[in-house]
Amino acid sequence: MDEIMSKNNLEYLIERNDNVYEVVIGLEVHAQVTSNSKLFSSSSTKFGAEPNTQVSLVDAAFPGMLPVINEFCVKQAIKTGIGLKAKINNKSVFDRKNYFYADLPQGYQISQYKYPIVGEGNVILDMPEGQKQVGIERLHLEQDAGKSIHDIDPSNTLVDLNRSGVALMEIVSKPDLRSPDEVNAYIKKLRSIMRYLGTCDGNMQDGSLRADVNVSVRIKGSTDLGTRCEIKNVNSIKFMQMAIIYEANRQVDLIEEGQKIDQETRLFDTKKNETRSMRSKEDAHDYRYFPDPDLLPLEVTDEFIDKLKSEIPELPDDKKKRFIDELKVSPYDATILVSDIDTAKYFEEVVAKMGKNRDIKLAVNWITGELFAVLNDKNIEIAQSPISAKNLAKLINLIKNGTISGKIAKTIFELMLDGDIDPQIIVEEKGLKQESDPKALEALIDKIINDNREKAIEYKQGKEKLFGFFVGQAMKASGGKANPQLINEILKKKL
Amino acid sequence: MSEITSLTLYELIKNIKEKKISSNEAVKSFVYRAEKSKKINVYVTENFENCLKLSKEFDDKPNFDLKLPGIPIAVKDLFCTNEVRTTAGSNILNNFVPTYESTVTQNIWNEGGILLGKLNCDEFAMGSSNETSFFGNVQNPIAEDLVPGGSSGGSSAALAANLTPVTIGTDTGGSIRQPASFTGTVGLKPTYGSCSRYGIVAFASSLDQAGPMSKDVKDSSILLEVISSFDKKDSTSIDFKRNNYSSELTRNIKGLKIGIPKEYRVDGMPDEIEKLWKKGIEYAKDCGAEIIDISLPHTSYALPTYYIVAPAEASSNLARYDGVKYGLRSPGKNLIDMYEKTRSDGFGEEVKRRVMIGTYVLSSGYYDAYYLKAQKVRQLIKQDFDQAYNKVDAILTPSTPSSAFKIGEKSNDPVSMYLNDIFTVPVNLAGLPGISIPAGVDKNNYPLGLQIIGKPFDEQTVLNIAYSMEEKINYKNNITDWWMK
Repeated sequence: MDEIMSKNNLEYLIERNDNVYEVVIGLEVHAQVTSNSKLFSSSSTKFGAEPNTQVSLVDAAFPGMLPVINEFCVKQAIKTGIGLKAKINNKSVFDRKNYFYADLPQGYQISQYKYPIVGEGNVILDMPEGQKQVGIERLHLEQDAGKSIHDIDPSNTLVDLNRSGVALMEIVSKPDLRSPDEVNAYIKKLRSIMRYLGTCDGNMQDGSLRADVNVSVRIKGSTDLGTRCEIKNVNSIKFMQMAIIYEANRQVDLIEEGQKIDQETRLFDTKKNETRSMRSKEDAHDYRYFPDPDLLPLEVTDEFIDKLKSEIPELPDDKKKRFIDELKVSPYDATILVSDIDTAKYFEEVVAKMGKNRDIKLAVNWITGELFAVLNDKNIEIAQSPISAKNLAKLINLIKNGTISGKIAKTIFELMLDGDIDPQIIVEEKGLKQESDPKALEALIDKIINDNREKAIEYKQGKEKLFGFFVGQAMKASGGKANPQLINEILKKKL
Repeated sequence: MSEITSLTLYELIKNIKEKKISSNEAVKSFVYRAEKSKKINVYVTENFENCLKLSKEFDDKPNFDLKLPGIPIAVKDLFCTNEVRTTAGSNILNNFVPTYESTVTQNIWNEGGILLGKLNCDEFAMGSSNETSFFGNVQNPIAEDLVPGGSSGGSSAALAANLTPVTIGTDTGGSIRQPASFTGTVGLKPTYGSCSRYGIVAFASSLDQAGPMSKDVKDSSILLEVISSFDKKDSTSIDFKRNNYSSELTRNIKGLKIGIPKEYRVDGMPDEIEKLWKKGIEYAKDCGAEIIDISLPHTSYALPTYYIVAPAEASSNLARYDGVKYGLRSPGKNLIDMYEKTRSDGFGEEVKRRVMIGTYVLSSGYYDAYYLKAQKVRQLIKQDFDQAYNKVDAILTPSTPSSAFKIGEKSNDPVSMYLNDIFTVPVNLAGLPGISIPAGVDKNNYPLGLQIIGKPFDEQTVLNIAYSMEEKINYKNNITDWWMK
């Protein structure tokens, strides 16, 4: 495929034969609600249990079994709606989406069709070129299906119903996304908000977050929407991006060849990196939605919503603003610090433990620099950081008050990794305290100048590069402990 | 031992409490009679041995404070019963044994009732003659080859034949009241939300309601008191204050206003039904009630509305019977083939017809014209009753447009079969309580019933009117035990 992509102004555009296309993307994200029990039954939702061990009579759709709404899941959905700055609907309705499949025990999925629990909202993305607002169309609650397993038994499909009935939030965006990078930022932002709220853990590898991706293309500048294709059930950001790139180019090729794009559902083949037609619009299921007569309309009062609002923690956008305004963190650093709730928590704890004489800039640098490098290296999350926020704060304070140099701090940091050791103890035990006594340093420097007379003369004659040589010698002689600022001052005076 | 089986529930309880009859003796009598009554085919599953055992246990440690002390009771086979096969009259559940108990039956066992067995019914309660059951026709004890009504046909026949002191049925469009009317017995459909639907094989969720069937009104009041309860396991169950229906039962209905809806005079209604209704009005007056003519203008739309709403819900409710998890599975080449074979073999003609109607009316392009419109009409029918109840306390109508018909007479004519429900269906659509009491006979001496419809949650008034009229009517079934000869 001869694809030429232009990335001027960070826009994602596809050029073919003098035509410039833009890509229009909308996402339907399925986020598993963080809840101990399922949407309409009391079965556990724990991930990774033995097949069919977390299945109630309701989940397996035994005759006469009835769904009863789990209030906690309703609260979680409303909280998420509040996090998306969305309208919470006082009345919503559960509908049955009817279709036959082996892992759908009821023969229908209980979902919300015409009247979702959450209406329009929005999400702010921090893109390199600035902020972008993405509209949220709606959020509704629905049941997950079970899992069909085709590769254990050669002649039978096996069904695991552990997931059957688990609560999902389907979050539908408006077709506001224009590039794979924006999709990446959108998913991450959504995940970040839900993790702040504790409403979805966002673990894509466990299937807690999946998305159907709607893609269409149009000539840049046009305001009409092209015919879209829906790519079903993509479970990683990378695959979403790959699928979008493939699909957008496929559509552009079709248009350039003068062909029509069929509205259809497609699957992304991760091995071949291509999308394939799953079913056309003509073959689309007729889900025969109708209000579930086993459930009354879901009604929530304003007081109920207000109470939940009062329980909402500070969300990433507000936190970022506070970091910038109050802690004078740069917008760039603030974006990084708030993107993950655990990073933000860690940072705030470091700030708190540093006390009055705190150095925020230094703290940010250590967290985003040294600490992130270690976490990356060990492939662990900040929640499992080998160095506690308390001890990192101590280390930063030791630098700030001149007890140790930044260079020594790096050595200490390495030593702290082995069991979260208090840096103060390392300084004392290893005698790493910075030498800041001018008299001791003067004696040390006198000796170095004496030992290197010829070089000292050369320096005086104008070979200024040699200054670094003397600094290095002084540091070496002090075992790295000499206060570098003092060394500079004394050397300048003595040479 | 025949005296025991012909006792009313109230009398049987009294005898057991006074230790004149033991629970075990009672069970033995019913079992003995059942053994000689196989011909009427009321039982799908007998629970006799276990019932005998449990009755002995009751007699060893009797608790006479219970409302149904050691009383054997057979129930419609639509109620899931723990470790006792539950078929819903269908081949697809032919071997299904639940590991759980419906709330309604549990309420009965909690009060000392003992399960005698599971009673035949139309498949998934879809029918008005018990002829759609996979387990064969049920004979009406009134006369040979007469249908017992449906869908609770096994229940009404068992009751009329003295094979159970009382029983419970379910009523989606008349399935308690119509068979009661056909067998000269009493059947009450409570307000929607009164009895829990938990553990009842669903037909049409927004209409289904369990209720008592009995030999007289007092017995229905006793049983209603036991089975009606608020249940968190059913989201449509309603938490209202329930009366002590039996102790509050009274024949004093003086001054109550009873409405007579003119729209229930349907074309082609037999003279004898018209006469029965007039007689009923006179009885109500004799009891001291005031008769008021009322109008329920949307009545004629009730039947078509019902035959959209009920099949729509049924088509979805029955989707779970797919051969995957439990029940019948007919092997196939692949999943779709297995579905098709299982559901073709497992469901009977009437069930298939309704699943297809229901699927059709919910289909995109037809939804608005059928299902949505039906829901709107349903609201209008409800409003009709709301407005009528501004003027009256209850409504009196015939229960059915005819008496029981012969087996096979209407089985090839579904529409004429559906017409049976014409007087009972509006009550389900509006979610109201309604009772059928025997009120007379037709030219063949077949029983005919009158229906009393009440305000929501006002079962007490319905029962009181029925109780009062029952005394004046003084109806007695003349059952000859022909099937034993």
